[in-house]
Amino acid sequence: MPDAAPHHTAVAGLHPGLAHHFDSVEQQTEATTLGMWVFLGTEVLFFGGLFLVYAIYRTWYPDAFSAASHELDVTLGTINTAVLITSSLTMALAVHAAQLGQRRLLMVFLILTMILGAAFLGIKSLEYYHKFAECPGPACHVPGPAFQFEKAHVRHAQIFFSLYFVMTGLHALHMIIGVGIMTWMLVWAWNGTITKEYYSPIEISGLYWHFVDIVWIFLFPLLYLIGRHGH
Amino acid sequence: MAHILPKRVYYTIFAILMFCTYLTVQIAFFDLGVLNTIAALGIAVFKATLVVLFFMHLKYSPRLTWAVVLGSIFWFGILIALTMSDYLTRAWRTYG
Repeated sequence: MPDAAPHHTAVAGLHPGLAHHFDSVEQQTEATTLGMWVFLGTEVLFFGGLFLVYAIYRTWYPDAFSAASHELDVTLGTINTAVLITSSLTMALAVHAAQLGQRRLLMVFLILTMILGAAFLGIKSLEYYHKFAECPGPACHVPGPAFQFEKAHVRHAQIFFSLYFVMTGLHALHMIIGVGIMTWMLVWAWNGTITKEYYSPIEISGLYWHFVDIVWIFLFPLLYLIGRHGH
Repeated sequence: MAHILPKRVYYTIFAILMFCTYLTVQIAFFDLGVLNTIAALGIAVFKATLVVLFFMHLKYSPRLTWAVVLGSIFWFGILIALTMSDYLTRAWRTYG
């Protein structure tokens, strides 16, 4: 079991979670929260580059993008969106429980968040599996030498699917990291590191989780919904 | 101490997010031309705003946090606006 907070030097009379360079737990919470937001700002630009590439190619090849988008499973995409939004609710409730010092409830909501995160990844894997299972074959939509598509769009549809796999793959990587962070937080909740006063680790883990949810909120319509009508 | 929101705020936001997901999927099946993209992105921005304000507590955060969030969006805006102003004005290019 990891030490509760190895880098925090306990000072008599002060909260054990308070690092020595902060005046108070409130100040520390504000600073860590701000730090997380700055990190998320870099994440906006990290994903932003991919959204930019998407915007350029979609304005160049709208018909190919629309036709390629139609090949994605909108039902699974919608289910996954609902799963992720629900996981954001359980995460928000986990932070709420942490703020009130409800340790058991916090653990329950962290576990629920992890289960929903794992469900999202499971459904995503299923979608990937369906795509890869078609290769090689007439419905192979995995970019590469085996890629097949209607002749008019074959090259441009490949750009769409490259973006699909890179963007959803990078998002899935963030989800895997998120589940890892929740495991860590679960240990801290269980061993009593997280208290009513020192709940900022849960708060900033929540910020990360909600951010990943927001990325999906944009990925879902841009990838799954643009080709729904007219095909 | 932190601002602790009543649980019903989270449930309400959750319900709105779910309804918006349903809405965006339904709208996508109608051919509205360019409005399809505008509606899809509009709903996505609305959903993201709710998540940021309530789930991520921005509404109750200090001004410095607001500056970081708005700054991030602003820089992303520069990335998109400057690049697209180039790509969209290349008249010599044939689209489609």
